[in-house]
Amino acid sequence: MAVAASREISDGDVVFVGIGLPNLAVNLALRTHAPNAQLVYESGVYGSRPNRLPISIGDPCLVTGSLQVLPMSETFCYFLQGGRIDVGFLGAAQIDRFGNLNTTVIGDYHAPKVRLPGSGGAAEISWLAKRTIVLLPQKRSKFPEKLDFRTSVGHYEGGGSREALGARRGGPTRVITNLGVYGFEPTTREMILEQLHPGVTLAEARSEVSWPLRVKEPVVTTSPPDESILRLLRETLDPKGIYLGTTS
Amino acid sequence: MSDKRLTMKEAIARFVDDGDVVAAEGFTHLIPFAAGHEIIRQRKKDLTLCRLTPDLIYDQMVAAGVARKLVFGWIGNPGVGSLHAIRRAIEKGVPRPLEIEEYSHFGLLSRLKAGASGLPFMPLVTYHGTELPHVNPNIRPVTCPFTGEALYAVPSLTPDVTIVHAQRADKQGNTQVWGLLGIQKEAAFAARKVIVVVEEVVDEEAIRSDPNRTLIPGIIVSAVVEEPFGAHPSYVQGYYDRDNDFYVTWDALSRTQEGIERYLDELVYGVEDRVAYERRLDPELRERLKPLPFLSRAVNYGLYR
Repeated sequence: MAVAASREISDGDVVFVGIGLPNLAVNLALRTHAPNAQLVYESGVYGSRPNRLPISIGDPCLVTGSLQVLPMSETFCYFLQGGRIDVGFLGAAQIDRFGNLNTTVIGDYHAPKVRLPGSGGAAEISWLAKRTIVLLPQKRSKFPEKLDFRTSVGHYEGGGSREALGARRGGPTRVITNLGVYGFEPTTREMILEQLHPGVTLAEARSEVSWPLRVKEPVVTTSPPDESILRLLRETLDPKGIYLGTTS
Repeated sequence: MSDKRLTMKEAIARFVDDGDVVAAEGFTHLIPFAAGHEIIRQRKKDLTLCRLTPDLIYDQMVAAGVARKLVFGWIGNPGVGSLHAIRRAIEKGVPRPLEIEEYSHFGLLSRLKAGASGLPFMPLVTYHGTELPHVNPNIRPVTCPFTGEALYAVPSLTPDVTIVHAQRADKQGNTQVWGLLGIQKEAAFAARKVIVVVEEVVDEEAIRSDPNRTLIPGIIVSAVVEEPFGAHPSYVQGYYDRDNDFYVTWDALSRTQEGIERYLDELVYGVEDRVAYERRLDPELRERLKPLPFLSRAVNYGLYR
């Protein structure tokens, strides 16, 4: 997942970074094909060059040696609302076929089965970044017909409905799971399977989605990372395996 | 010029009242744990706690029963997982029900920005299509009077008291911060009273030598509390690192109300103040959390004649 996510970053992109896999992915891209990408952390840091793996987006290592530290209000106003973020990364507890996300609650809002963290910056990132990439493990329960709560807007109800709501830009372009990589169909804006990771079958991918999954033929197999990239990930970027676990 | 230095005990007793709206801010960095613990120790009641990210300190305060309501943007244990005490209060009403008022980060910080600016509300281009306005009547649609664009607005927030932790201040409360700045400036300017807790009180000349680093002017500060290591287990840039092991430990011990009560008995109710708190911790801890020096280069402000 981290490797597939890193490939989504182009050299020179201004990237709004979350913690965990997105942070690994961005740092991998920085050290490989996108050395001129610039990292903006929601905590207010621009141009970070962390010398250890940050534990959260508030880690002090993001500040030391960075280019700028801003109050959070300015980060949101000038970087995000001002339209200066190319790519934002998001995770979620649930995603629907149009890439809308739930990070708020499982069950009823007023009588929650599981109370999740809430929006944080996600509602803003999904609305204001020029494009967003969603990373989450793929399970049927996490890919429901209908979200329990819509925290962040993706392509809303599909077609031109996001723009009709007033969006100036953006929307999800990729969903990356442990099974494959998805894009969005240009007209309907529905999620469409484009790549399966090595060893994953189409039937597996279909069974972990609650709606009839659209598939872009021919489905290609995600090209595996070469040895040097694996070494970089496992020996330099996440030597303790904090984020990689078994789903690298 | 008045000397606003007080002990933590005096500052909390004098400036935090039952029923107050309290903002103890700090985004991961500079979280005022010492002040939160003193609020718990003084058994304040019915507080409305506001924070962008409640973090462990509000988890502890909610478990201790000082809060009636939580106003927030993201509830989690950063880099670790859930805040179990707040979840228990919301999901099960344990130890008591907790009213919630929920925003995105931008929404809540905009409320403080409006409060700090003397504005009744702040407009935002976001919230379209999200369900947050359905569950929070404080997020309302408005129309731009110039372009006709549909926007959302949030009302100003003016806490009764804002508490911030910082690296240093002089005794009048001129407060300097470096590293992540969070929304402390907005939260302080929005509040009726401000308590500043610092790693060290310095002389006024130290502040005057680098005025661009001053985040909060003394004129809005009610009390200055010198409390070294007072942000532990969070961190202070340049002074000590986050005690991440404690954040992980909290995840386990906070899974039951009893676990939290044992913690509170030992390290909050069971100690007189922050000095006694630190004495209960591993004596090597402070040294272990100390970063290597990384000094900024001095700038020349110039002396004009």
